[in-house]
Amino acid sequence: MANKERKMLLQGNEACALGALDAGCRFFAGYPITPSTEIAEKLSEELPKVGGRFIQMEDELGSICACIGASAMGRKSLTSTSGPGFSLMQEGIGYACCTEMPVVIVNVMRGGPSTGLPTAPAQGDVQQARYGSHGDHEIIVLSASTVAECYHQTVRAFNLAEKYRTPVIMLIDEVVAHMRQNVVLPDAKDLEIIDRKHPQVHPDWYHPYDNENQVPVLADFGEGYRYHVTGLIHDENGYPTTVTEEVTAFIMRINRKISENVDDICRIEYLGSARPDVLVVAYGSVMLTAQEAILKVKEKHKLNVGLVRIDTLWPFPDQLLDKLIDKVKKTCKKIVIAEMNFGQVYREIERINRGRLPLDAYFQVNGELIQPDAIYKKITGVKK
Amino acid sequence: MKMGNIPDHVVFKYLRKNKKFPHIFCPGCGHGIILGALIRAIDNLKVDKNKIVMVSGIGCSSRAPVYSDFSSFHTLHGRALAFATGVKLANPELNVIVITGDGDASAIGGNHFIHACRRNIDITTLVLNNNIYGMTGGQYSPTTPVGGIASTAPFGNIEKPFDICELANGAGASFVARGTAFNVTAMIKIIEQAIVKKGFSVVEAVSQCHTAFGRRNKMKSPVEMMKWQRDSAVDIRAWDKLPEEKRTGKFKIGVLADHEYPEYTHEYQKIIDRAQGKGKEVKK
Repeated sequence: MANKERKMLLQGNEACALGALDAGCRFFAGYPITPSTEIAEKLSEELPKVGGRFIQMEDELGSICACIGASAMGRKSLTSTSGPGFSLMQEGIGYACCTEMPVVIVNVMRGGPSTGLPTAPAQGDVQQARYGSHGDHEIIVLSASTVAECYHQTVRAFNLAEKYRTPVIMLIDEVVAHMRQNVVLPDAKDLEIIDRKHPQVHPDWYHPYDNENQVPVLADFGEGYRYHVTGLIHDENGYPTTVTEEVTAFIMRINRKISENVDDICRIEYLGSARPDVLVVAYGSVMLTAQEAILKVKEKHKLNVGLVRIDTLWPFPDQLLDKLIDKVKKTCKKIVIAEMNFGQVYREIERINRGRLPLDAYFQVNGELIQPDAIYKKITGVKK
Repeated sequence: MKMGNIPDHVVFKYLRKNKKFPHIFCPGCGHGIILGALIRAIDNLKVDKNKIVMVSGIGCSSRAPVYSDFSSFHTLHGRALAFATGVKLANPELNVIVITGDGDASAIGGNHFIHACRRNIDITTLVLNNNIYGMTGGQYSPTTPVGGIASTAPFGNIEKPFDICELANGAGASFVARGTAFNVTAMIKIIEQAIVKKGFSVVEAVSQCHTAFGRRNKMKSPVEMMKWQRDSAVDIRAWDKLPEEKRTGKFKIGVLADHEYPEYTHEYQKIIDRAQGKGKEVKK
């Protein structure tokens, strides 16, 4: 068959839905909420065509719970939501971490707090995505700044969820979700798709939460391995335990399976000058604003600007940014961070920077997309 | 039943070999009796062990699945039915059995409960109702009777309790029944019917918690609580003949509702067929 690249005009939400389908997603449970609803709408139409299942649940917590239930049956599962719904899902996200059930959550960030600004963009959920669910756990969070990235990052989210048996969160914002762009999607057959591993041993020899494996090999329910899944801290057989050694082994493993694989999980994209005078850090729709601002800087000033796009928000790409700062610190006069919150990524950069370069920031929390001029002024220091 | 026969006892066929015992239930708790009834019902029906998934929420009742040798899912407080909905829809050929309690099903999980009834998805739900939050030490639940004493109702409960069966029937469940830990043989039959029924089945299993409820409410021992069950439970056939004034303080047991409603996964399969263009006339 000929290469089936697909030229399409899509919005970010639709691209997330198509990325999920191409990654092998066959279950969706969700609850209507602006500005993420198009993902549910698209999948309600597309999933049954490929034998998948769609259900509209009674709330967002029910939605993520249904997804985890379906995941335990071996179906790759997706839910999508926004601000208030994401807050409701936190208990389920913690459960998926503890039981190591792969699931992907798309959170389209809107203005908050509370009901906030349902149709306006924001990036106020970055720290919530990391620390929103109680207890110590690692989490994988990806971002996207264009429609094409929505597609590819959703595919990657499923791959990471399956590989590390963990929930993966896609954080996009309202602008990226609703923006329409021409994209060329690859033939789904050309994608690298990762599927979870299944046990090969006899059921009597099967230890579902064996700490010898960094990522446990979990059977689908109904396969003949009758094991126990619980949100209580559990031993290698999945049974509740309070034995200190067993608790330690479990907690360390579920954290280490992420923290010891940051080389695989963390990604940033560096664009622009190799010897920058100014370094700009952005993610999501602010990335587009930053690119526009940099074009204007090039027109008017003899300044070299480097631009960093953060593709993996959590675990935060400490090593990658640390190396980058070391590399550019000879020429670079400052780092500019722009985001639609009051510094949720800024503080991470501040931590990694360790005072090597001066930091400057542009924070905006008013429901408006950051305008290129605001970033332009920060880069150049021009007041007007 | 001879003592020497214990290894052949039906319950032992379904106990997990590698699970550490004792279980967490207090001596005298009704939950073990009801779990035993469930296991006997499954054994009578000869359902394949590998095709059963037990799902539970949080609370004493929800600890039951861990002891039995099925795939088991101990989930979040109140959310067992949401998980179970995902399980059943993802793999409709599995028998999904939910074990939940009065607080788990009708307080924190009340919304999931009525929506699972409304969808009529083929899940069997046992609500182990002991009228109290036992695990946390005896706080009043949505089924604590008015006037009942609880650790958070030291002057008596003033909230009108739910009738879980009425709630399930009103919300659209296709099979609704009630039994007690005392009337255990009837309970086995009821659970068998509930498992066989295609659609959402609710069995309210009245259980005793003398530890957290009985001791505060003039029923100090499990025996007194079971006597209360014996004296208060009226078979549905006798209930209708019982004059109104004699019904006070009593409740009916047996199959209370049995409807034929379209089942959710069956209806969803039609959606899949329609989306895939099956069943349509193919023009040549």
